[in-house]
Amino acid sequence: MTKERILTDGMIAEIKAFFPRYPSLQAVTLPALHVVHDHLRHVPMQAVVEIAELLELAPAEVQDTLTFYGFFKQDAPHGRVRAWVCRSISCHLRGADELLEHMCHKAGVEPGDTTEDGKLTLEFGECLGACEHAPCMLANDDLHKSVTHEQANQFIESLE
Amino acid sequence: MTDFEPVLLANIDRDDSHTRAAYEATGGYQGLKKVLGGMTPDDVKKLVKSSGLRGRGGAGFPTGLKWTFLPKDHPGPIYFCLNADESEPGTFNNRILMEEDPHQVIEGLIISCFATAATTAYFYMRYEYPLAWKRVQQAVDECYEAGYLGEDILGSGYSLDIFLHRGAAAYICGEETGLIESLEGKRAWPRIKPPFPAVEGVFREPTVVNNVETAACVKHIADRGAEWFKSIGVRPDPDNPRDAGSYGPKLYCLSGHIEKPGCYEAPLGITVNELIDQYGGGIWKGRKAKCAIPGGISMGLLTADEFDCSLDFAGPGKYGCLGLGTAAVVVVDETVLMVDFLHNSSQFFAHESCGQCTPCREGTSWALKMMNRIKAGKGRLKDLDLLLEIGDNLGIIPGTTICGLADGAAWPLKNAIRKFRDEFEAYVKETNPDGYMETNPVPVLEIIGAH
Ligand SMILES: Cc1cc2nc3c(=O)[nH]c(=O)nc-3n(C[C@H](O)[C@H](O)[C@H](O)COP(=O)(O)O)c2cc1C
Ligand code: SF4
Ligand code: FES
Repeated sequence: MTKERILTDGMIAEIKAFFPRYPSLQAVTLPALHVVHDHLRHVPMQAVVEIAELLELAPAEVQDTLTFYGFFKQDAPHGRVRAWVCRSISCHLRGADELLEHMCHKAGVEPGDTTEDGKLTLEFGECLGACEHAPCMLANDDLHKSVTHEQANQFIESLE
Repeated sequence: MTDFEPVLLANIDRDDSHTRAAYEATGGYQGLKKVLGGMTPDDVKKLVKSSGLRGRGGAGFPTGLKWTFLPKDHPGPIYFCLNADESEPGTFNNRILMEEDPHQVIEGLIISCFATAATTAYFYMRYEYPLAWKRVQQAVDECYEAGYLGEDILGSGYSLDIFLHRGAAAYICGEETGLIESLEGKRAWPRIKPPFPAVEGVFREPTVVNNVETAACVKHIADRGAEWFKSIGVRPDPDNPRDAGSYGPKLYCLSGHIEKPGCYEAPLGITVNELIDQYGGGIWKGRKAKCAIPGGISMGLLTADEFDCSLDFAGPGKYGCLGLGTAAVVVVDETVLMVDFLHNSSQFFAHESCGQCTPCREGTSWALKMMNRIKAGKGRLKDLDLLLEIGDNLGIIPGTTICGLADGAAWPLKNAIRKFRDEFEAYVKETNPDGYMETNPVPVLEIIGAH
């Protein structure tokens, strides 16, 4: 049984560019997982096998690292926008729980889920290091500061 | 306080403060030139040691002393890890430094690497800092262009590479040996110490781990000298031979129920009251404070009566807190129920425990289960005792775990329940009038979703 290769030549080149930075190939595990995750919005099992091959590791070693970090999706890609609503103390004190609940209702998902149209994955996050802007949300690379329910609605409605 | 001039945040209001051009226009890289132009690594180590600088990452360990733990005349490689994993709830000063003045951090990092004879530095940054990531990467690129990084820096014969390494959303990667394991491509399980990283760290080589703000301080010490640094802050307590003093400027993060949340620079040793009133504009909505976290959630709680606490390395400990931590003050107003506070804290630690040590893995999730039950109106007085028992037995200090995450989980439990016992008892009695005296085991509640 031959499976089609998941890692493109471009991804492999990106991963290999990390090799000279570390004295061990295993240290390239997180960078490699990030490369694949950036491109595919998840790291399917087959990609784990291929990363392991590149890094001369057992697939189980890569999988072991992957599963430790709640960050990497495996079964299905996350939405085109992945949003973390902070739930830690400074944001909690300024309405984070209500904000997350409001957004879940508005988007019709439970925390951690992706909308059916694939536009949004909505998750809780722990302290995003932006507590002066509580309650806050990181959506892809954009930090949303002191988010009101009104702004949250606009954010969800504007998703493409 | 008013005549104190910010140093670490001096330039952040400039629009271009993150560029090398702006940095050099305000004296940037002069310290590096001075160091590479005539000082030996030992000179720099001595300078930093004599400045009294203590690490800003949470533990407050003297920086120069840590550097001297490296093996003498080691053939290399020695590695330097800059800890930019900043994830302690309430803390965001490293983010501000990296976003607004990344060159300051990098200059301090290069000087620190020179002092410790490190030739490779890994800049380990948490994933959730996309802007800081971009700015630091740009700044590093600019340094290679200018000859501040790479081979034979400024003709000194010293060579250094800095590589950015991106985390993946796990608090435990901030613990220095968790960071090292993560950097090696493994799960971020903290190591049993000794050996300490200075002896055997990343890739089994001697390694220094320092915080971003610590590096920024090193830059200013190189510029202005140890005496200047020592002229700011708090001298050692003469009655306590183990107190190393709390010198230098500090970035205080202020958030929660405060009028003007933000990151403020002040001399080490201002009080919580001063921080709230002189910088934060007071408690929000004209309310009263109930309590505050003194230095990130792991440090425990000060009651509003304890706000005269000095925010130096020795201060919060005098009020039963774990320490100064990251100097991130989170203010909680009078409307907040302590049950909600402690539930939030327990939720964080149960989520972030790496699971390696049984007392931490089981203790944090048990505490959360009890807090879920109490919050849902099924709490018992006995639960309060059980929570305290967990708190008293969890961590490096009682000697039951590998790393300090567990102590950080324990302190909010201990402080909240001991300092607000009456409130917890009243809540339990009121919400569970028929069952609060129950002492036999009771079942866990079903997990309550977000809805
Ligand atoms: C659970 C835990 C999390 C930590 N997180 C961080 C962090 O995010 N950043 C940091 O600099 N230090 C963190 N530390 C402290 C580090 O272990 C280490 O002491 C510090 O990075 C050393 O740098 P410094 O001496 O410059 O403070 C953490 C410690 C523990 C126990
Ligand atoms: S104390 Fe907790 S976080 Fe630290 S190593 Fe043990 S289980 Fe992991
Ligand atoms: S608590 Fe939400 S960003 Fe820090």
